[in-house]
Amino acid sequence: MPMKIGNERFGERVEKGINNSFMRGAVAGAQDNIGARRLNAIEELGNWEEWRSHGEEIRQHVLEHLDYYLEQLSDNVAKRGGNVFFAETAEEANEYIKEVVQSKNAQKVVKSKSMVTEEINLNASLEEVGCQVIETDLGEYILQVDDHDPPSHIVAPALHKNKEQVRDVFTKKLGYKKSADPTELAWHAREMLRQDYLTADVGITGCNFAVAETGSFALVTNEGNADLVTSLPKTQITVMGMERLVPTFEELEVLVSMLTRSAVGQKLPSYVTVLTGPREELDVDGPEDFHLVIVDNGRSKILGTEFQSVLQCIRCAACVNACPVYRHVGGHSYGSIYSGPIGAVLSPLLGGYEDYKELPYASTLCGACSEVCPVKIPLHELLHKHRQVIVEKEGKAPVSEKLLMKAFGLGAASPTLYKWGSKIAPTAMNPFTSEDKITKGPGPLKAWTEVRDFPAPNKERFRDWFKNREKGGGTSWPEPSKTEKHF
Amino acid sequence: MAGAIQNREAFLNNIANNLGRDRLTTPVNRPTWKHNPQDEVLKGASQDDLVQVLTDHCEKIHTTVINTTKSNLGSTLNGAVQNYGGGPVVTWKDDRFAEWGLKELFTNEWAKQEIDYHEWDFNSASTNINYAEKANIGITISEYTLAESATVVMLSSKDHGRTVNFLPKTYIALVPKSSIVPRMTQAAKKLRERHLNGKSLPACINFISGPSNSADIELQLVVGVHGPFKATYIIIDDL
Repeated sequence: MPMKIGNERFGERVEKGINNSFMRGAVAGAQDNIGARRLNAIEELGNWEEWRSHGEEIRQHVLEHLDYYLEQLSDNVAKRGGNVFFAETAEEANEYIKEVVQSKNAQKVVKSKSMVTEEINLNASLEEVGCQVIETDLGEYILQVDDHDPPSHIVAPALHKNKEQVRDVFTKKLGYKKSADPTELAWHAREMLRQDYLTADVGITGCNFAVAETGSFALVTNEGNADLVTSLPKTQITVMGMERLVPTFEELEVLVSMLTRSAVGQKLPSYVTVLTGPREELDVDGPEDFHLVIVDNGRSKILGTEFQSVLQCIRCAACVNACPVYRHVGGHSYGSIYSGPIGAVLSPLLGGYEDYKELPYASTLCGACSEVCPVKIPLHELLHKHRQVIVEKEGKAPVSEKLLMKAFGLGAASPTLYKWGSKIAPTAMNPFTSEDKITKGPGPLKAWTEVRDFPAPNKERFRDWFKNREKGGGTSWPEPSKTEKHF
Repeated sequence: MAGAIQNREAFLNNIANNLGRDRLTTPVNRPTWKHNPQDEVLKGASQDDLVQVLTDHCEKIHTTVINTTKSNLGSTLNGAVQNYGGGPVVTWKDDRFAEWGLKELFTNEWAKQEIDYHEWDFNSASTNINYAEKANIGITISEYTLAESATVVMLSSKDHGRTVNFLPKTYIALVPKSSIVPRMTQAAKKLRERHLNGKSLPACINFISGPSNSADIELQLVVGVHGPFKATYIIIDDL
């Protein structure tokens, strides 16, 4: 599916999310669960601020020297017999991949989870030429079997579905006859997919990080699906966002350690796989033919701007798991495969303000996202910058927004300022407030208050308020130590 | 044979242009990083300390650990194989199995026990994968072992089929005690040195921590998704 999900207006999407009580419980539970795991993992590791600073310096250095490292990477991939295609647009990437697939007369493609292939809508493009494309990550597989339901979380794509829904989908589409037990469901998927790995002509993967010095790239999973995708088919195509690389193995190691801790609180997942070129001459498994597709698709326009730091992102979704707004509205409300704070910053940059002008307002600017970001992207400041651009340059915001900017926006560039801002906000918000809720919000709040009351800023500041309201009810959820996730 | 590179110049020129400068034509040296927290983790731990860290973490990742000596390795491995229900067993082809006195076990002893056994053989390509796919147990050897995350590191080659680690239902990794290092930092440095010394990297390096798993349905843990359902590490005291 493309980056943009559906054609509903922002308000309609939010309304659907707000009224989906299972999804909201699932999201809240997941945030609490993964959030606790993340905290345990970084406390156990120690020196987390040092790690963050290191992560940041590595990513900033790479972005500043991106042309050099991409040149080095492509030289080294080619030296090992791999082919490299630089694609400026989604269309160019899809065309190239289609050509490779058609040149192999490939009927069946197995894929491991990849955000960038979602972003460029690769599956649809391959299906157009008669190819069967099978997602092998369990979450992605469930969504695909359910008539391409969109993902709602960067790391846990099927988070919005409960196990009964998954059972019903499997029963209807796969002739499944067993219970809604997650183990039985997963083992059924295992059985179905094992045959697909063995008979697929082409394997397609994303890329967590490429390594410029060796021409390698790393895949991070818990299921092991990426390993079968890259071991069994004769042809392998790997698609990477152009910024996803590091200079050497030494930086790879640091960022993988940070990615898995930030994403799910794991020291390392079950599988980190580092691949270099196609199989060696006498190797029995691994692809004979390897293609690396490096995708720009709007990223280069972000370089050199005040938004450059968003390209430091390593797609861990820690910001998604920390965001109070995501908690309330769920992933589909963002209308983009990139949800949560990172989605609210990235989607307007890659997809334009026309489709995504509301997203920078889907934030309280509380700064929780920036605090958890392992590579120190100042996410809430970038959201604020988006608002400035939308108001000042694009002229897209209604006049009443200025009032909100004054109350929330201008004072919200940092948590400290936000506290100040929300202290003065009650005065600005008075005309719209009934008791402690804003019922008819101005400007961007309008979309939210059409479907729900927005908490009024009062002496109890947002994050305190948020904590307090959570005490009211709870969702039963497995203990953190009993769950694992993947990327 | 070198692969093709397409569309590179325009793509990279555009990047340089957006960064507001000319293309970088001279090698960029990695800066001396200001922060190196990774070197502090488990610093100064003894080999026995590392074994303990590894063992503790294995419990969290549903992995069985067995400590043994070189002389007892045969019977330990035989016990582990029986514990997983016997054959079919597939192993890499590796001289260390013979050095550790395992040839007798693999051939005569298992034949007596009617445990079906296959050693990876690059001369008969597809046989290996067909066998591994039906195998009950895969046995491989860890090159570096990361204590912190209880991770075994597997290097592929013509004799080291990568699918031995993934296709069988269960998985046993032989871990020389000398291979244990604090964390991924040390393994990454060794792999980098290997590359800089002109020895090419294997096409596939697997960092494996326990059996495969997923939490994609309601975040409930399922062990055994696309890879093995169970994993055992046998630590061999070779020091």
